[in-house]
Parts: sequence; C-alpha cells; structure tokens
Amino acid sequence: MLTALSILTDGLTYAAYLFIIAIGLTLIFGVMKILNVAHGSFYAFGAYGAATAVGIWFNNHDWNAAGGFLFMVLFAMAIGLVLGLILERGILRWVYGKDEVVIVLVTYAVFLILEDMVVLIWGPQSYAAYQPMVAAGSVDLGDLVLSNYDIVLVVLAAFFAVGSYWTLKFTRYGRLLTTVIFDREVAAAFGINVTVIYTVTFLIGAMLGALSGAVMAPKISVTLGIGVEVIVLAFAVVAIGGMGSIEGALVGALIVGICRAAAVHLVPQIELFVIYGVMAAVLIVRPHGLFVRAQPRKI
Amino acid sequence: MTDILSVRDLEKTFGSLVAARDITVHIPAQQTIGVIGANGAGKTTFVNMITGHLRPSKGSIWFEGEEITGRPSREITRLGISRSFQVAQIFPSLSVFENMCTAAAIGRHSGGFFKNVFTPVHSAQAVADAEAAVELFQIARYRDVRAFALPQGVRKLLDIAMAVAGHPRLLLLDEPTSGISIEEKFDVMQVVMSALKSRKITVLFVEHDMEIVDRFADRVLAFYDGTVIADGAPAQTLGDPKVQELISGTKIRDTAGRAAHA
Amino acid sequence: MANRSTIIGAAVFLLAAVLAPLLPDWVVSLMAIAFANALVVLGLIVLWRAGLVSFGQALYYCIGAYIVALSGRWINFTDGVVLVLLAGLFSGFTAFLVGFLIARYREIFFAMLSLALSMILYGVLVKTESLGSTDGFSVATPTFAGYAPHGEMLNLALYWLTLAACAASALAVGIYFRSIAGALAAPVRDNEIRVEFLGVSVTNVIHTKLVIAGTLAGLGGALAALIIGHVDPNMAYWTTSGGFVFVAILAGAGSVAAAFVGSLVFEAIRSFAVAMLPEFWQMMLGSVLLLTILFVPDGLGSLATRLRRKPREVQPQ
Repeated sequence: MLTALSILTDGLTYAAYLFIIAIGLTLIFGVMKILNVAHGSFYAFGAYGAATAVGIWFNNHDWNAAGGFLFMVLFAMAIGLVLGLILERGILRWVYGKDEVVIVLVTYAVFLILEDMVVLIWGPQSYAAYQPMVAAGSVDLGDLVLSNYDIVLVVLAAFFAVGSYWTLKFTRYGRLLTTVIFDREVAAAFGINVTVIYTVTFLIGAMLGALSGAVMAPKISVTLGIGVEVIVLAFAVVAIGGMGSIEGALVGALIVGICRAAAVHLVPQIELFVIYGVMAAVLIVRPHGLFVRAQPRKI
Repeated sequence: MTDILSVRDLEKTFGSLVAARDITVHIPAQQTIGVIGANGAGKTTFVNMITGHLRPSKGSIWFEGEEITGRPSREITRLGISRSFQVAQIFPSLSVFENMCTAAAIGRHSGGFFKNVFTPVHSAQAVADAEAAVELFQIARYRDVRAFALPQGVRKLLDIAMAVAGHPRLLLLDEPTSGISIEEKFDVMQVVMSALKSRKITVLFVEHDMEIVDRFADRVLAFYDGTVIADGAPAQTLGDPKVQELISGTKIRDTAGRAAHA
Repeated sequence: MANRSTIIGAAVFLLAAVLAPLLPDWVVSLMAIAFANALVVLGLIVLWRAGLVSFGQALYYCIGAYIVALSGRWINFTDGVVLVLLAGLFSGFTAFLVGFLIARYREIFFAMLSLALSMILYGVLVKTESLGSTDGFSVATPTFAGYAPHGEMLNLALYWLTLAACAASALAVGIYFRSIAGALAAPVRDNEIRVEFLGVSVTNVIHTKLVIAGTLAGLGGALAALIIGHVDPNMAYWTTSGGFVFVAILAGAGSVAAAFVGSLVFEAIRSFAVAMLPEFWQMMLGSVLLLTILFVPDGLGSLATRLRRKPREVQPQ
C-alpha cells in the first residue's frame, strides 16, 4: 500500500517535471515543425540562471523564500527570452523552409555551442540552488513524507496544462496558433503574419524551457551535462504523446512518470530501459504518437 | 481468342458507399479504350482495382487468361499491367535520362533482392532501353534536364515512358492530358498513342476531354454512378443521349453519331 | 568511371598501409580511429542517400564493441580478425531484426525511433553490473592467429586491420551504389510511390540499407573497441550517434570516399580543438557543423565534385 502510494506521488512529481520540460518543446514543434535539440540548452541556462538568482537572493539576505522562488523563475525566464531571441532571429530564420531533419541538425549544432557557452559563463563547477525547496518544507501523509516543493511543481504543471488549453481555445493568439499549426500556407494566405507567430512561439518555448530548468534547479545538482540528459527525456515524452500535441505531452509525461516511478520502486534495474522502452513501444504501435493522426500523403 | 483483360461483375463498396458495381468488360488486345465519366463515377476505383490497389468486394479480374483479383499491386505490375498518373510521378532530382534508366533497369532486371543488389543500374541493356524510350516519346532534347525543371507536357511524357519501361502489355493512363494546355494536348496525345501502338500495348485511358477521347479511342466506356452506362465506338457512345445528358454534352457528336462540328 | 574510382581507392589504401610504419605512433592511432569511425559514417551515407538520417547508429556501434570486449572477458577469445567479423555479423543481424520494426518510418520519426532503440541499449548496459555498468570495462589485447603483438607493433596491426576492413567495405559499398538497389536511393527519397509502381518494394530497399548500415557500424564499433582498449555504455548514448551524424554532414553523401576523408578531417579538427581549446571543443565542433549546414549543405565532399564536374542543369537546345 505504501509502495503504491509512493509510486503515485513519485510518478506524479516526475510527470510534472517532464511535462513542464516537454511543453516548450512540443509547442515549438507543433507550430514550427522544428524539433529543437537546443531545448536542452534552454533548460540548462534556466537551471544555471536559477542557481545564480538563488545565490543573489538567499546568500546575504533573509528575504522571503516565496519571493526568492519567484525571482528565480523570472530571472531564468528572462535568460530564456534573450537566448531564444538570439537563436531565432540570429540563426533559425535563415533555415526556415529547409528540410525538417536539416533544421534538427542546425539546432543540434547550436546545442553543442551552447553547452560550452554554459562553461564559459558559469565555469565547470556545480551549483546548488536548494534554498527554495528547503524553505518550502514538507508535509506528512501518513507514513509518506511529501516535499511541499514537489506539490508546488505538480500545481505548476497543472496550471500550465489548463493554461495552455485555455490559451489555445479562447485567446486570439491561441486561435492564430492553431491555424498555423494546422497549415502554415493556408494561415499565411489568410493574412496571418506567420513570421511574427513563429518568433513569438519560439520565445514562449524558450522561456518555458528555461523555466523548467529553473524550477528543477533546487532539486538537482546544477552541473555540466544536465541539458544532454533532459533532451532525450523530453523527446521521449513528446514522441509518446505526439509531436505538437500539448494534451499528448501531458499524457506522455504521466505515462513515463508513473512507469518510471514503478520501475524505481519495484524493479530498479529497468528504470532507464522503461522510459525508452515505452517510447519505442508507442512509436511502433502509433508512429505519430498517441494524439496525432498521420497526415495523408498529398499527391 | 482470350481478351487481354476481362472484368466480371466487379463491385467495390466502402462501408455503405458503393463506389462501383456490376462492371463487366472484355477488352481484346491492342484496343485503345477511353474511359469517361464525372468525378466520383467510379473510373478511378475501376483503375485501382485492376492495378491491385483496391481489392474488389465482388467479382473477378482476368489478365491474359489468368485471374488476378486481389493480388498485390507489385505482383500485378510484374505480370504486365502498368499505369501512369494524373499528377506525373517522376523523380525530380534526377535527369530525364536517369529517370528512364532507373525504370529501364528495373523493368529489364527486376528479380529478387539479390539480382537487384548485384546488377549495375547502368548496364548496357538498361542504357539502350532508356535511350530508345527517350527517342520514342520525343523527349530526347530534355535528356539531361533534371525532372523538377521540366514543362508539364514533358513531365507527363516521362511519367508514361517510365510506366512502359517494364514492357507491360496493358497500360492504364490516368488523365494523360490533364494540366497540359489546349494547344499541346493533341500533340502530346499523338506522341503517346503512336509510341504505345508501336509497342503493341493495350491502352485504357481516363479522360475528361471529350475531343481527345473521340479522336484517339477505338472504344469508349462511360461511367456513371459507379457503373458502366455505355460501351461502344466513340460515335455511338458519345452520340448516346443518355451519355450526352449525364457526361459529355452535345458538342462532340449529335444523336445520330455524326460529328457535331467540322 | 567505376573502375577508375576503385583503382584510385585501392591505391590510396595501399599507400596508407605502406606509409604507416614511417609515421609517429599517435598519427597511426588517430588514423586508425578515424577510419574505424568512417565505417559508421559510411553506413549513415548509405541511409542518407535514401533520405533517412539515423540518430541511433550508436546501437550497432556499441553492440560491435561489446561483442569484442565480452569475448575477451567471458570466453577468453581474442583473435582480432575473427572478432571483428563476428561483431559485424551480429550487428548486421540485429539490424535485420530491427529493420522489420523501423523500415516503415521516415524523417523525424525514423530518427526518433532509432534514437529510442539505442537509448534502450544504453539503459540496459548502465544498469547491468555483469556488463560493467557505467564504467564499462577494458578490452583484452587482441591476437592475430596466435601472434600477440604489443606496443608499436600492436598499434600497426590494429591500423592495418582497420584499413583492411575499410577497403573491403569501401569496395562492397561502391558496388552496391552502382547496382540497381543502391541506385534506387535517390528515387526512394524523391518519390516512393513511383518506385512502388515500378514494381519494387520500398520497404525492402530500406531494410537492406538498414542492414548494411548496421553491419558497418558494428564493424566500426568492434575496431574502435580494440583500438581504444575500453568499452562503456556511452558508446550507445545519443551523443555518440550525434557525433557520427555530424561527420556525415561534414562529409556529404556524394561518394564512398567522402566518409573516409570526412572522418579524417573530423578527427584532425577534434584533436586540434581539444589541444588548443580543451574547454570549448564542443563549441568549435558546433560552429563547424552550423557553418557546414548553412554554407556547404552537400558536405565537404561536394566541393571536390563541384570542381570536377560541370553543372548538372543543362537547358534544352
């Protein structure tokens, strides 16, 4: 019973983490058809930025922890914004219209550059940003101890899930996005400024990516290579759910999260295998993911 | 005498939609058949069943005396039935000659896996076949032009040339002149028809242009609502009042079958 | 023209073999690893010609490497030639099985599924103690029909073994490219429908290419294991696959030679970058990749071709 509950809470927490990471990636793919390998860089920059922000906020003052959390998040998102702007306007705009796979390779090249950029800016040492998590404290659920910070994460993920749904359905920007996602050419023919939509979307995706890194920073050791790991995880979630589908990312995150938690508690040897195994299994049965239907070939 | 193609009581339904029904047609070798009918009348369904891309719900299809109903399309291609497309299906990044050579090499040598791996694509025979085809279809002057840069008429000719690279005995042409300007239609069709006649290929072509049909077909099949409503020489089919009402109009032939205009 | 390339290629390989004893040890090692990796890249080129980019060749590379390493560790079998051949066969067979799964996919989904499969292997290796877990383990020194060289002789022996594997692969792939199956790559990439309508199974064509690429990657991995002397799960990680794709882009899909030239250039750049800017070699690589994609999208190999041949687009007279 305790194990089942642990699996559920761990799974939910991990799912929240995955969803927040994946949502930016799937948004960018859905709108721009770009599989952005540099999403891992947004995550890394967000995490390192958060560590810096936490250092600034907590190290010499006795300021409010919640305020610190907010500051950390905003700081990271600002970094994401700047980085996204440089990337999109500086590099990506030159490769729009090229083959999908070529664009992926461009983002991969950018990722490599940014990996070393992190070292250039923050150096090779690890950083800690645990203060917001520690300050949040914990709550007891019978025999189970839940970190309040994890609960905040889950709430945040839920907020993003609901928020993105609402934005897409009820705001003007959301409906423009949906049109562009459906068919870029038709959208342009309607007079929608696709270039602006692309840029705005990419920036939102970048900020979400950075935010995911910031929000995770208190839970991990912020060190070299975190971007590398995260990308494949994000890919797995997005591939399972269907590229470009936010509901898909949510479901994908939940599936991966619960499966991984189950593996960790029951059969720890297959922890890593489970994530990619599920991804492979889903792709074999539904090659486009769970929530995306295959596009008919246009002759 | 065995007809080259025999279709008996053919029917195709998709759920509750009856796309084709009660089709019985016997085609002797080397005849040229024009297939007319509005969109959705069943022409493409008919063609797709013959080439093996749709499995008939009922009925049978016989090619050169052998039943081919329901066989996979790759097998049917190898048996000697080929088709061309409304939108020319070619290899845009290769030159006209390379397109033809690929088709010729496959047509000449297509055996199993091992044959494909060990036979060079530019073998003497394939090259000779390709050169001959390019001449026959009069696209030799575009020989080294990459296919994406070709004008529409030439694309269609290339598509058809590739379709006959494997020496089929029956060729199905899907709207061969669609997308080609009015001035060029007849010329293109003329080149195609003489090329095919010289190779003794039986031709079945789907067309919307009634003048083309009148001019080039030995026999016309008129489709309406999934079935054949008329089958005979162009004069009588295009002069058939029912066909005129539902499909062709009266500009080509009057009801006595005489040409309606000079 | 076919014969000319083969003769030039044979001459180059012969030259490379003969010159080796005259070159310093580190150059020989560098060339050996470059050529071993070139085999993986050659496999990628085979797939790329048909429009497929695999982000999971590390799967076969790693399998090849571990076959060699485990043979030494578990059954004490160390013959270099036999192990490399065995590794090639085993990875080829794995590719054959995987092909049933993956041959129907294209574009990004193909890339993602191949990536997923290689990451599965990574996950399994990392968590398996008996297979060395994250640290991996060292590879026993190879023997050659009983003869056990060491030091400089071992270096040369491995180099020659690699060259032999490369020469044989180059010849085989060259023949393949000129055959019908090989020449179908561009048609498959351009218009699968048309290929099917000519009576050829596109899935079979791609399946064949997958087996070829898998075998080559396995050979490369086996040789790499022998040369480096160590194997670890990182050989299956996606960044390893990414590295191979990188070199393929650099090289371009124009010819068999491109794989070898590209791989040599890459190893040279990487050694240079690591020596000059050890902290920022990834940045250098990323920049080179970016510049290549933006300005020389057909790879460096195409530059040589552009100098040699006249432009392909000829206007009708």
